[in-house]
Amino acid sequence: MAAISRDDVAHLAKLARVEMTPDELDHMATELEDILGAVKRVQEVATAEIAPTSHPLAMTNIFREDVVRPSLTNEEALSGAPAKAEDRFKVPQILGEE
Amino acid sequence: MTTIYSSATEMAQALSKKDISSVELTKLHLDRIEAVDGKVHAFLHVDSQGAIAQATAVDAKRAAGEKLSPLAGVPLALKDILAQKGVPTTAGSKILQGWRPPYDSTVVAKLKAAGVVILGKTNMDEFAMGSSTENSAYGTTQNPWDLTRTPGGSSGGSAAAVAAFQAPLAIGTDTGGSIRQPAALTGIVGVKPTYGGVSRYGVVAYSSSLDQVGPFARTVLDTALLHEAIAGHDERDSTSINAPVPQVVAAAKKLDVKGMKIGVIKELGGTGFQAGVSQRFNEALELLVAGGAQIVEVSCPNFEYALAAYYLIAPSEASSNLARFDSMRYGLRVGDDGSKGAEEVMSITREAGFGKEVKRRIILGTYALSSGYYDAYYGSAQKVRTLVKQDFEKAFAQVDVLVSPVTPTTAFKIGEKSNDPVAMYLSDIATIPVNMAGIGGMSLPVGLAPEDGLPVGMQIMAPVMQDDRFYRVGGALEAALLSKWGKPLLSNIPELGGM
Repeated sequence: MAAISRDDVAHLAKLARVEMTPDELDHMATELEDILGAVKRVQEVATAEIAPTSHPLAMTNIFREDVVRPSLTNEEALSGAPAKAEDRFKVPQILGEE
Repeated sequence: MTTIYSSATEMAQALSKKDISSVELTKLHLDRIEAVDGKVHAFLHVDSQGAIAQATAVDAKRAAGEKLSPLAGVPLALKDILAQKGVPTTAGSKILQGWRPPYDSTVVAKLKAAGVVILGKTNMDEFAMGSSTENSAYGTTQNPWDLTRTPGGSSGGSAAAVAAFQAPLAIGTDTGGSIRQPAALTGIVGVKPTYGGVSRYGVVAYSSSLDQVGPFARTVLDTALLHEAIAGHDERDSTSINAPVPQVVAAAKKLDVKGMKIGVIKELGGTGFQAGVSQRFNEALELLVAGGAQIVEVSCPNFEYALAAYYLIAPSEASSNLARFDSMRYGLRVGDDGSKGAEEVMSITREAGFGKEVKRRIILGTYALSSGYYDAYYGSAQKVRTLVKQDFEKAFAQVDVLVSPVTPTTAFKIGEKSNDPVAMYLSDIATIPVNMAGIGGMSLPVGLAPEDGLPVGMQIMAPVMQDDRFYRVGGALEAALLSKWGKPLLSNIPELGGM
């Protein structure tokens, strides 16, 4: 397996939307290397004929009638908002970046 | 006389006979928390006012002659990962500091309906990622058996609170051992129910195919009573099983294992396990034999790959689940000075709000799920999951329950493993297969290791929705141990002073 470079970690951090300091990037690259070294053992037994299990239960879709039920009030839903305006969540600029 | 050292069952009996009121009982526990939590640090938030109000309401209902649930008026400690309306809920993370949920999780709603008094929220590894509480953003919980050691984790605060007599009951969550491991390390009983046995609505999600809520207590019967109070189908959780709750209370009272077949998992013992852990485990097996059970050795050859698979599956699911902490609708927001776009604010907030282990797992999960690596890592881990499930199926074809030590060692020192993630992960080696297969398991205290005087736990596992089986074995073994020792294990715990 190719080694995990600092640039790889920087790319993953960008994908995951987590800023990282240069120091953190250095550390994380080494630690990921160690952890991946330990967990890649799964490849020893994961042969082509074994079906994957994604979930412990056999899941089926569950439907209900499309009727309005009691839910949070506007005020309750906004109670934890970092910023709000006019009964809505107020967020930083989304369009027009770059 | 009812004291903080009584069992929840004894407390409930005293309450129903009106020997003590719920307000009095709640105050005893709040005083205990006040006296010892400076040393133990089990709680992140003590809701004295809310607890007294709940207790007052239960006392009023009792005085009015209303029919009450078995645990009505008994206090409980709640892991800070479950939403409780109006009460701070952090999941041990800075990113949720100050958040007060506008709703109750289903488990909290059930506890309130049963009249259980919620004393406060307990410490945990951030987002349940850890095995020691050292990853909490709010400081480490100390093990009441030895304050220089961890109580285990991630539900370490809940376990320590019960062991330190701050609460007779507690709720935890278990994704890879986060109830069973701290129960073992603090000498109490902890159960991870069958996946889907207890609703997860309102529980902060870590790894959705593995997470499960469950009870802690000082006796098997108390644990069963709490299990019964929180279990059952919930239409708000599509993964909750729509079937009757296993008869765990009746099973806990049976005190008989005659004719049961108990399988010892060869791969979970011996090399790598502390001598005193193996010794106490083997002595407990002898008691089961004396009680009429039959012990057979079974092999689960793929369990040795379970830990590796877990550390791919859980971080992968976490990297997706934790995307919700985006600083837009609730929780922390940092760097929003009007000049930055949403994505930049999101990244700065997540940098400031997430701790080291959480970032490590998000990055690991992002890697395991990224194109080019998906099949090699996440895909392979899912195949191992199939193999682990098959190992359990083959084993349960031969026996009623399976047993192993809960952990390879007794409680470790604070700081001992915090800089070595791989060593820390190894403490979950015996508990992880249970989560991978979605079955249930119990941690039962079976003695103190001779070399360090610290508690040892036996893990008892049963097939899906057969949770009553480990309550039956646990109840019988607990009774046999009690008659051997002449007093409960927790009577050996050091006094925390605090007077």
